[in-house]
Amino acid sequence: MSIFNGLAAVEEEILKCMKCGNCQAVCPLYKESRQEPAVARGKIRLAAAVLDGRLKPAETLARRFDLCLTCLACVATCPSGVKVDRIILAARTAMVREKGLPFIKKTAFTGLSRPHLFDLGIKTAARLQGVFFKRLEQEKMQPRFPLGLELRRIVPPLASVPFRDRVAETHKVERPAATVAFFTGCMTNYLYPEIGQATLRVLKAHGVNVIIPRMQHCCGAPLLYNGAADMAREMAKSHVDLFGSIRARADAIITVCGTCGEAFKHLYPELLDTTPGYGKKAREVADRIMDITRFLYRLPFNPNLFRAPELSITYHQPCHLGRGLGVVQEPLSIIRSIAGVIYQPLKEPGRCCGNAGSFSLTHYDLSYRVLAHKLRDIKSSGAQMVITGCPACRMHLNDGLTQEQMPQKAVHTIEFLAGILAER
Amino acid sequence: MSIAQAIEALRRELGDENVITAVEDLFCYSYDATADLPEQRPDVVVTPENVDQVVKVVKIARQFHLPVYPRGSGTNLSGGTVPVKGGIVLSTLKMNRILEIDPSNLTATVQPGVIIQDLNNAAVQYGLIYPPDPGTVATATMGGSVAECSGGLRGLKYGVTRHYVMGLEVVLASGEVVRYGGKTVKNVTGYDLVRLFTGSEGTLGIITEIIVRLIPAPQARETMLAGFNDLAGAGNAVAGIIGAKVIPATLEIMDRVTVETVENYARVGLPTDAAAVLLIEVDGIPEVVKSEAEAVKRVVVQNGGWIKTAENDEEREKLWSARRAALPALARRKPTTILEDATVPRSKITDMLLALEDIGRRYNLVIGTFGHAGDGNLHPTILADARDEEEMKRVRGAVEEIFRTALNLGGTLSGEHGIGIAKKKFLPWEAGKAGMQVLKKIKQALDPDNLLNPGKIVDLEEDRA
Repeated sequence: MSIFNGLAAVEEEILKCMKCGNCQAVCPLYKESRQEPAVARGKIRLAAAVLDGRLKPAETLARRFDLCLTCLACVATCPSGVKVDRIILAARTAMVREKGLPFIKKTAFTGLSRPHLFDLGIKTAARLQGVFFKRLEQEKMQPRFPLGLELRRIVPPLASVPFRDRVAETHKVERPAATVAFFTGCMTNYLYPEIGQATLRVLKAHGVNVIIPRMQHCCGAPLLYNGAADMAREMAKSHVDLFGSIRARADAIITVCGTCGEAFKHLYPELLDTTPGYGKKAREVADRIMDITRFLYRLPFNPNLFRAPELSITYHQPCHLGRGLGVVQEPLSIIRSIAGVIYQPLKEPGRCCGNAGSFSLTHYDLSYRVLAHKLRDIKSSGAQMVITGCPACRMHLNDGLTQEQMPQKAVHTIEFLAGILAER
Repeated sequence: MSIAQAIEALRRELGDENVITAVEDLFCYSYDATADLPEQRPDVVVTPENVDQVVKVVKIARQFHLPVYPRGSGTNLSGGTVPVKGGIVLSTLKMNRILEIDPSNLTATVQPGVIIQDLNNAAVQYGLIYPPDPGTVATATMGGSVAECSGGLRGLKYGVTRHYVMGLEVVLASGEVVRYGGKTVKNVTGYDLVRLFTGSEGTLGIITEIIVRLIPAPQARETMLAGFNDLAGAGNAVAGIIGAKVIPATLEIMDRVTVETVENYARVGLPTDAAAVLLIEVDGIPEVVKSEAEAVKRVVVQNGGWIKTAENDEEREKLWSARRAALPALARRKPTTILEDATVPRSKITDMLLALEDIGRRYNLVIGTFGHAGDGNLHPTILADARDEEEMKRVRGAVEEIFRTALNLGGTLSGEHGIGIAKKKFLPWEAGKAGMQVLKKIKQALDPDNLLNPGKIVDLEEDRA
């Protein structure tokens, strides 16, 4: 039974929790509040209480389940191997089934689930953003009004032309070493087209054909992580259809965002398990999904294509990329194989930056407090630049680095690589 | 005189931010890390920020006749923090400052909500350590571990929490604040109430400040893993090592069930045909460490075992990972994990291990035993499924028999987890009738209205009824 069909699917997981409380040692939210409902053990007990009827779904209860970054730190440390994220997602989905979504989330997710409407909306917003945001620098804007964003928050501008509208659908090289399908994700498409461009350049330099299927849209992860599984099902199906159809032509489906990767790798098969005609197909697509750095690493990566960077670097490991998809060593191996790279590791590279997607919209203050730990870690590393494998982490890190007036800039791993390509 | 009025008074005195009443939140304070216990929701949770606020809570509790349950991280294994009679859970987690590290007196002064590991991290900057090392070192609070007198992996050489607590500030049930002990090594001024409150499980007072002893960090250490084909060999080696006048910092054992489970789970290279393995670490001055390690190796070989030494930090980490994997590996075999801590004199370790194997067979239960062989504190870990009531009956029967066996061997019900509610009914077996009366008189003298963590260690109501 799927976790998106109710809490009963995670009964075994709930039972496995022996309440030892080891999750307290690693939960970034618990470290801030030091209150039991913030930590996995607390939320698992709440899920147990819902399951056996002692608690009824309620908006107040839903708020407790919202209080999780899904950073998977507890999962990695749990002695009993409880998959806490599955319990959280099941609980959130169960809450939404019973109580519905808050108005703002419902509106936003309805938008995301209608690709054409969403695309049009973003493009319109891109034209109008000057009215609502003041431009600080090329890449940084601050809201003029509280538009559901904190006024102090620094965000990137929407791309005037989205990435997928800028580039051709297929990019061929002579004597290709491989062919990949590229799932860009929304943040790359609408906020950071430079990540998409960088991906194309690095892949081209490695002799890889790239297909960027036109009909792709939001992976649905924001919906799935917020309990709106029913709204996400059609989104998942369309991607399984789309990427399933080019599966035979592509050696891999690459992503540049750990969360998009998680959606394809783990959430789609779960969501579509019992949808007629989609279970097997979703698993086949999941088998092909791969983070860009893992793909390059296995290709194998050619360090000789790159020249020594000018700045010393450090690496922030995105939660869904590292603990979710298990991509831990690949980015580091790649970076360190390039001659002249000065890598100054963080003390806790895998500690969540606090963004967690929509969590930073609904809980910005808490999200920023979690970020503060990361910023301190970056500062004490002495590195001059931060590299990370996720556009959302990149945004959050730059928000904090700007607000704290730190000199470092955060870029995606693939942007860093494209920036030091020897042949420009 | 209603709960609502009490909550109102608490809000007035502590501020809304320190008073938790939402039903969902209260659910999250209805348990601790103990298996097979009913949950009970408190009426309110308070998070005082200083001793004055703790005093206010106690006074309001007195006024409204509400029980108060001090709670740190809730990682104890005795039901010690479960609010069995409703009332007020007092979380110490906001009192989490390290007030002082005093390298000239080798002490640290901390608030109760400080996490043990955080104290260690602070002490290490002075080249000092706080030796008590419970498995929950990264999560448990100082207040909780003092109240439970927790032990850990270094008990044999370094002792347990009580050997490091030098002074305490305690809020009594009357609402008065008292301080006992201090920074002096020697102190025979009056009764040793520091020892009384250490391990009192929150039933006699609420600890609000702690002065602990620190020691210089050992300069060197050597870590070894030894395997034996029979339990007796391992048991005799433990005795032999002590007999050779070596006191290892760590002397841990894992039995056959644990070794098999660990190897299946973690693939750390343990021989699954071994009846038992020992993890041994000696530490101190380099020359001493070297000669002690030689002695250990001799004893192991004399007792028919093999031994390997970690040559570097990486290998040391690997050996330790085998031991650390014991509980996680066992916990994954079945959904419910019952972790006991019956303890025997070191010389009876072999008898206890054999008895545990026998109990597992007779009750048809999987029992993996690992633990602190060096100090006689074993952790027989019973793997079960809480949904299987018939199996849980056998579990409870086996637990009773484990306790009886430990006592028959001259041991004790609990080496380091405490009595709480989980072992309360067995306490008379060890304390006897007169002994129980003394415990109750102490409780009555300090907490006549039975407001502090009622229903733990001793029951006062039963006698009145």
